[in-house]
Amino acid sequence: MDPKTTDSQPILIIAAGKTEQQYWKDLWRYRELFYFLAWRDILVRYKQTEIGIAWALIRPFLTMVVFTIVFGNLAKLPSAGVPYPILVFSAMLPWQFFANSLSECSNSLISNSNLISKVYFPRLIVPLSAIVVSFVDFMISGIILLGLMAYYNYVPSWRILVLPVFISIACAASIGAGLWLAALTVKYRDFRFVVPFIVQLGLYISPVGFSSNIIPSQWRFIYALNPMVGVIDGFRWSILGGETTLYLPGFLLSLGLVFLLLITGIFHFRKTERTFADVI
Amino acid sequence: MSDPIISVENLSKKYTIGHQRQQGYTTLRDSIANSAKKLLNPFRQKKVKDADTNLEEFWALNDVSFDINQGDRIGIIGRNGAGKSTLLKVLSRITEPTTGSIRIKGRVASLLEVGTGFHPELTGRENIFLNGAVLGMGKLEIQRKFDEIVEFAEVIKFLDTPVKRYSSGMYVRLAFAVAAHLEPEILIVDEVLAVGDAQFQKKCLGKMKSVAGEGRTILFVSHNMAAINTLCSSGLVLKQGKVVCSGSISNCIATYDLESSQDRAATWKRSSDKVTSSLIITEIGINLHGKQPDIKLEVNVCLESLSQHKSAHLAIEVLNTIGMSIMQAIPTTENYITADRSQHSVNITIQLPPLIPERYLVSVWVGSHNTETIDWVKEAVMFEINESPTLGRSFPHHSEHGYIVPASTVEILNV
Repeated sequence: MDPKTTDSQPILIIAAGKTEQQYWKDLWRYRELFYFLAWRDILVRYKQTEIGIAWALIRPFLTMVVFTIVFGNLAKLPSAGVPYPILVFSAMLPWQFFANSLSECSNSLISNSNLISKVYFPRLIVPLSAIVVSFVDFMISGIILLGLMAYYNYVPSWRILVLPVFISIACAASIGAGLWLAALTVKYRDFRFVVPFIVQLGLYISPVGFSSNIIPSQWRFIYALNPMVGVIDGFRWSILGGETTLYLPGFLLSLGLVFLLLITGIFHFRKTERTFADVI
Repeated sequence: MSDPIISVENLSKKYTIGHQRQQGYTTLRDSIANSAKKLLNPFRQKKVKDADTNLEEFWALNDVSFDINQGDRIGIIGRNGAGKSTLLKVLSRITEPTTGSIRIKGRVASLLEVGTGFHPELTGRENIFLNGAVLGMGKLEIQRKFDEIVEFAEVIKFLDTPVKRYSSGMYVRLAFAVAAHLEPEILIVDEVLAVGDAQFQKKCLGKMKSVAGEGRTILFVSHNMAAINTLCSSGLVLKQGKVVCSGSISNCIATYDLESSQDRAATWKRSSDKVTSSLIITEIGINLHGKQPDIKLEVNVCLESLSQHKSAHLAIEVLNTIGMSIMQAIPTTENYITADRSQHSVNITIQLPPLIPERYLVSVWVGSHNTETIDWVKEAVMFEINESPTLGRSFPHHSEHGYIVPASTVEILNV
């Protein structure tokens, strides 16, 4: 840029609490940083590991095997005519995405604290790029699902076309919860211990190892207070097709909660963001 | 062009510092406990507030106003804690001001640290792109300047090596090279030249000069007055969060020198808590007498005997500002501080060797034997020497070549 053109430059005003109008424009201006941060995290993630990206396949695969044996073969839970591994895996996909996003997001600001205290950029970029990294893992483990379907000769119905909608809902849930936890972890380091606990517990209280049909019908609406119930049910509905039904009131409740989480998450993050550099 | 490119009005920044808690962040437990307390007895809110009084307000910047025109090269000078870094942080939008406002025209790039965002696992090539993006460059812009950056950093051979295997010199060179190729209208630089070897520092300074020559505006913070003097056209002196001088750079440096020499007779007093030994140093005061190269350092030490102790003697140590000891003076090893009286006042005069203009710290030790320390106050007071010990020397001294300039003679032997 020619320095002589500064007269035509927009004027930037910095004052307490006056960053709002600039913010979303900046977010767009810094999109390349967003891309580079995600790229860095993906590159670094499997550096100096022997089997590299295969870890993104092995972890969900082994969890799926264990769940199939425990819930399908030992507990003999019903699967509505679907091979149990596919039943488990269609839920494992969104769950792993959500769980990874939570842990990556909540740590993202802390592990980039050197950036936050030394450079300006819209802080939203950091947790969002953490989500992108989890999303890449999600796409890679999607390969396992394709493999399972091929192995069991399982052909999905037209409903698979709706899957992108449910993926978006999963993203919204991850971003919402992720932003909350990221902002909270900056101030309260307690959340470093809380998040692994949420992830561990969530795996069992969400319908990952079993179908949500086994929940007594009078409890299903309450059960949908867990936003991941709606997301997972949506995934199962579109991937498994056939006899799988979507319990609509519960799904809408989950959906509402997901968006509530997303909007409050962004709001809270924006509100606390300006103090990050001082607190971190 | 009469419009200033940066205009700062009544800028203030407040930090709240806790005196007891070590970490800056609150724990969840504290927050919950505090809100629970407020819920339980809403009428006693005042008391809860009282409990918080160990939080103290601290104004890092206090009503700062100034204008900067396009093409100005401003040196920001001040002691540690004067608010320089806070000012740069507010200007580069890392942290928000508490009150006041800033109007900026043009793209700002700030370089508050060398190698921000470098990732040790990534290669040199990858880090150039990453660091460039962190500093606000686009991908195309980085690609265009890639060769230039690599050449400036002199790391061509190691482009595909992870930077964790770089020597620290290479690391710094690469980091500065990326930053040096930014092309913002306004460049904000914090003490980054303090790294790297002398030759590279010179190269960096040259680069910054040429950047400034292109009509860009530079804000530069450094403790290196020589660098500021050569690079900057005007200055801004900060003291305790306030602007005490602005204008031509020579004026500002003079003001700063005066400011620092005023508290030359620095003193130290023991804060009442922490009393652990039987004999303690309670006060230290120093004074400089004479002119270069014949300066005497007078150290007054007050001590108090609190209980029975062995008789002892003092040792005075002079250190540089980063805590490396330059010399130690022990007037005598005879133990002249005895326990038969409670108050002691000792005066020690040290003939200083010809020291280069620098700041020096003084530590005071008291003990009965060189292996038996009774009390030791480290780096308690500071003094500053402003003049060269060599009369008429025109080029600056540098601590890299040592702190002492011994008197020397030369004899030319024509054989």
